Amino acid sequence: MNTMTLDATGYSEPANPQTVEKKTVDSQTKVGETVGAPFCDNAKLKMRNVNVFYSETQAIHDVSLDIGRNEVVAMIGPSGCGKSTFLRCLNRMNDTIDGCRVEGDFTLDGDPIYGPKVDVVPLRARVGMVFQKPNPFPKSIYENVAYGPKIHGIASRRAELDEIVENSLRRAGLWNEVKDRLDKPGTGLSGGQQQRLCIARAIAVSPEVILMDEPCSALDPIATARIEELIDELRENYTIAIVTHSMQQAARVSQRTAYFHLGHLVEVNDTETVFTNPQHELTEAYITGRFG
Amino acid sequence: MQTPTLFALLLLLVLIAYGTGFSRAAAAARGRGGMRKLAALPSYYGTHTALWCGLPALLLLAVWLMFDEPIIRALVMNGIADMPDTMAGRDLLYAQIQNQAAGNFFGEATPQVKEAAERLTHLRGGAQLLQTAMVLILSLGLGAFAMLRFSPKLRAREKVEKVFRVILIGCASAAILTTVGILLSVLFESLRFFQSVPVTEFLFGLQWSPQMALRADQVGSSGAFGAVPLFTGTLMVSAIAMFVAVPVGLMSAIYLAEYAGKRLRAVAKPVLEVLAGVPTVVYGFFAALTVAPFVREAAAAVGLQASSESALAAGLVMGVMIIPFVSSLSDDVINAVPQSMRDGALGLGSTHSETVRKVVIPAALPGIVGGVLLAVSRAIGETMIVVMAAGLAANLTANPLDSVTTVTVQIVTLLVGDQEFDSPKTLAAFALGLMLFVSTLILNFIALHVVKKYREQYD
Repeated sequence: MNTMTLDATGYSEPANPQTVEKKTVDSQTKVGETVGAPFCDNAKLKMRNVNVFYSETQAIHDVSLDIGRNEVVAMIGPSGCGKSTFLRCLNRMNDTIDGCRVEGDFTLDGDPIYGPKVDVVPLRARVGMVFQKPNPFPKSIYENVAYGPKIHGIASRRAELDEIVENSLRRAGLWNEVKDRLDKPGTGLSGGQQQRLCIARAIAVSPEVILMDEPCSALDPIATARIEELIDELRENYTIAIVTHSMQQAARVSQRTAYFHLGHLVEVNDTETVFTNPQHELTEAYITGRFG
Repeated sequence: MQTPTLFALLLLLVLIAYGTGFSRAAAAARGRGGMRKLAALPSYYGTHTALWCGLPALLLLAVWLMFDEPIIRALVMNGIADMPDTMAGRDLLYAQIQNQAAGNFFGEATPQVKEAAERLTHLRGGAQLLQTAMVLILSLGLGAFAMLRFSPKLRAREKVEKVFRVILIGCASAAILTTVGILLSVLFESLRFFQSVPVTEFLFGLQWSPQMALRADQVGSSGAFGAVPLFTGTLMVSAIAMFVAVPVGLMSAIYLAEYAGKRLRAVAKPVLEVLAGVPTVVYGFFAALTVAPFVREAAAAVGLQASSESALAAGLVMGVMIIPFVSSLSDDVINAVPQSMRDGALGLGSTHSETVRKVVIPAALPGIVGGVLLAVSRAIGETMIVVMAAGLAANLTANPLDSVTTVTVQIVTLLVGDQEFDSPKTLAAFALGLMLFVSTLILNFIALHVVKKYREQYD
């Protein structure tokens, strides 16, 4: 394996490009077993032998992965590799898609996620989600954040609700920008502010896990940097799984990185290891930018 | 040449002009090595030539058709020695001349009429010839002119687009002008009505009995033109209809958009829309023969007195008629709410019903209000069901089991049959129409403001 250097941007280059070019790596390369360390001791979420089908097509092949407590796990991989599908399994958002079938064992702190006795509503309150495109409700900023606490009956009095809204907006780093216009529509904010509003909305219901599906792909670099900082701060209280197309972002925010390829989980390791010393040739090919 | 034949010939010329312009441009393009050398695509050159050839000639034809009859009439009537004094007399005389010229005059015509009829026939023939000649000369001349002006540098597209923009503006203003025209005609007739009946009596009078004496000594010679009972009747019937249509329509829309499977939706939505296609007359006799007796018996069963034609029966059936307006439009706007809104709500742990009630419906509200408004205007304007099921008696009542009548029904009854068009009785119809127009306008205005204020914009 080549020695790699991680430069300031987090983008790594092979020390000796010639050795790499000798290998023929393309989409036909065998994937095989997941390499690295997919499991951890202090697991918040455990997924075992996950298969996902869209009608007849199989989108996820036998993926097993743990996501540890207070850890940020980044999922990277080329488009269509199944990382978003996998992420959406974790709070059963795939239930809304016709013809989507999920197999495998999922547990959140030992509680099953799938199963006839599991109510999806409290599950989604425990596992919140931030989507690729900011999707604030067409309501005021206040109502956007208060929506979750209201439907779950978290706050009984107006003062409590005010407090939750303020805290959530503060933690999302949005309070100072919006405190004077809480009654203005959330859709009137800029893209980055909208995404932080969506994050505030998600943490207002005090979830245990936050799933983020390419949260910065619609944002400019400054807003992206702001959200990345935020993810780092949120790690203290939450477990976070993030799907991203930006390897720099994965390198910056995550502790562990999982590389998906054509529905297979190729490699999971500490983020630093993945970007400096990938174990699998597909991972290496991807992070050095030879496909994807 | 007769006008229709001339018109057809003109169309043919236009087609030929298009073809000529097109092929000329295509040939020029080939000669210069490709379309890029032309200032526009050949189809624009074709259209350019066709417009030159057809449009001015068509306008000339339209103007001619507008003015040739009055001019011919003036020429014919000029030669008549003893002209009747009154307008009506002149009209009668001219009608006689026309009939004589057409050869279906009953009885023996006076020599004066006969002579005038000959002149008329003669003039018409000449006018026809002149018309044909002028239109064809204009068409061919301008068509040839356009061909002569052809050059590969001619910016045909810009010219064609300019002309089409004018045509588009014309079509748009036609609709607006029609509305203005209708409004003005209704307004002037109403003003004539208000000369004989005071506005205050019409607006605030509680009695509606639109009779006018033909003779001064006739029994019951005084009519009453208080429109309040009509408006309360309209309001009551519409309110009952909306009471049925809005909940049923909205909920069926929610079911179809949010809960029903694809296959069920594909079947149920068109079937529901069939309701909108049932003629209102059919609804009318359904209301009169089935629902009204049922309402009466049901009322009797609980010890109430209901007339056999009741506001309730008409309102219920009208509500059923309006369901598809509400449901179909609401279904469309609910479907237009982006999936990301639903995902966002579900991702926070909302139940399906919370998502629908708190996120999807508020986001779709402007469209839903629009659908409901359309339904309200349908309800207010609906006539047939009310004629058949609610009766003609202008009762001022708040009891839905009584028979009532509506503005539209009264407009119909005022204008049906042989009427003088200058009696207050018929003019009252215009005043009612004006009131209806104004009230729906106000309704729309208010609703637009409400929607704008509570709109929840998603983007």
